[in-house]
Amino acid sequence: MSFLHVDSITHAYFTKESAKVAISELTFVIEEGEFISLLGPSGCGKSTILSLIAGLQQPTTGTIKLKNKKITSPNNQVGYMLQQDYLFPWKTIEENCMLGLKLTNQLTVENKERTLGFLDEMGLSDVKKAYPNQLSGGMRQRVALVRTLATQPDLLLLDEPFSALDYQTKLKLENLVASTLKTRKKTALLVTHDIGEAIAMSDRVVLLSKHPGKIARVFEIPKHLRDITPFEVRNSPDFGMHFQTIWEELEAYE
Amino acid sequence: MNSSQLKKQHASYLLDLQIEKRIVLAWQVFILFAFFTIWELAGRLSWVDPLLFSYPSKVGNLFLSKLVDGSLMIHTSVTLLETIAGFILGTVLGTLFAAGLWWSRKASRIADPYLVVLNSMPKVALGPIIIVALGPGYLSIIAMGASISVIITTLVVYHAFHTVEPNFVKVIRSFGGNKKQTFVEAILPASFPAIISTLKVNVGLSWVGVIVGEFLVSEKGLGYMIIYGFQVFNFTLVLLSLVMIAIFSSIMYLMVEWIERKLIRN
Repeated sequence: MSFLHVDSITHAYFTKESAKVAISELTFVIEEGEFISLLGPSGCGKSTILSLIAGLQQPTTGTIKLKNKKITSPNNQVGYMLQQDYLFPWKTIEENCMLGLKLTNQLTVENKERTLGFLDEMGLSDVKKAYPNQLSGGMRQRVALVRTLATQPDLLLLDEPFSALDYQTKLKLENLVASTLKTRKKTALLVTHDIGEAIAMSDRVVLLSKHPGKIARVFEIPKHLRDITPFEVRNSPDFGMHFQTIWEELEAYE
Repeated sequence: MNSSQLKKQHASYLLDLQIEKRIVLAWQVFILFAFFTIWELAGRLSWVDPLLFSYPSKVGNLFLSKLVDGSLMIHTSVTLLETIAGFILGTVLGTLFAAGLWWSRKASRIADPYLVVLNSMPKVALGPIIIVALGPGYLSIIAMGASISVIITTLVVYHAFHTVEPNFVKVIRSFGGNKKQTFVEAILPASFPAIISTLKVNVGLSWVGVIVGEFLVSEKGLGYMIIYGFQVFNFTLVLLSLVMIAIFSSIMYLMVEWIERKLIRN
């Protein structure tokens, strides 16, 4: 039994003019504790895949099973981190972090304290009474991470969470997210179009082709790169080689 | 530049701001006085017909005598209460309707042509029907004050609900939040700025509804004073009513702005 089993899902969008197949016959599995990246050109249905796994949409055909249970609606076991932080500007940082707990009626003292502790770990305890517009982009994305992890999901869906940040902040946050997920033994699925990011962060990189989205190839990242931080991966001697391989493959599907 | 120089520069910058502010205020006060002085002179020296346009000192004298006999207080407070009631009713009902339309996409599509018709219709034209239906009194006038703002509030607030950043909704839904939670946690607070800006429009609209209502019912209030003054050709009375309306509608507007500052954060 796999942790997450995506079994031959196809998803089509209907408009007045057309029926467009966004993803077609997609099958892959993720084992517990793995970090998988979905890499592909725009239009390969990356975000659609995350929406389906999050239970926000139902696939047209096929099933998605999490711990052998079919996903039919959003649930506590899956956390979703969006491209931008989308913190609510009218809530304080603390209130933003508690949002998931509030929505799922889990605002217990214990849960609150754990979340506040986590906020502290992220170096954000000074700003918990502040409002999102008083924070920098990197800080805001860190708050979004706390918000996502507050409800203790087992699987994290990351939809290009670093794409809106400047390069330096992005590198720092990659390290932070990778180490946070590793120590908490979370399983993660990252969607990205950044080859370097995919190599640096993942155990496996799944390459998608577009129109409709299909799995083109799967790259295993060697063990010695998995065990070091994303920043160290970027500086390792064989990073360039992996980058080159994936680059060429990606070019072929453009 | 060292720190003392910087401080000096900053002080002179602040001084410039202060001077600018004073100049603006001085002009505003000057225009006010000039207006009343010219009006007074024009009336007294018969540049304009004083019977029609009256003049400030005459209006002032009438103000004092009406204040002493207590009638001005009654008329003003009646109109003010009706306007505030109509304003609140129109805004609250409009927001509730908008929430209903947001809740059911189908309902909003069905209601769409009717809202267009209702919005383009001049609501004061409903006055006679409202007065017959609710009786010639407070109730009709409040209903007129509310009816004039309720449809436009519905449309504007519904539009605001509809254009809330969809990713805020996605955040709520990804946590398994239901429709009610989506509304309370995301849609409504995100729309507060739009709701407040309709409040500002509704202040003016409610005054229109109430004054026209008082024209028609002709019992009490500043609208009644205007109609009465018109009928007996006492334009000093009409102008006094106008001055009172100008003062109180401005106060209401300022109060809405105060609420806005309290409620809206960035």
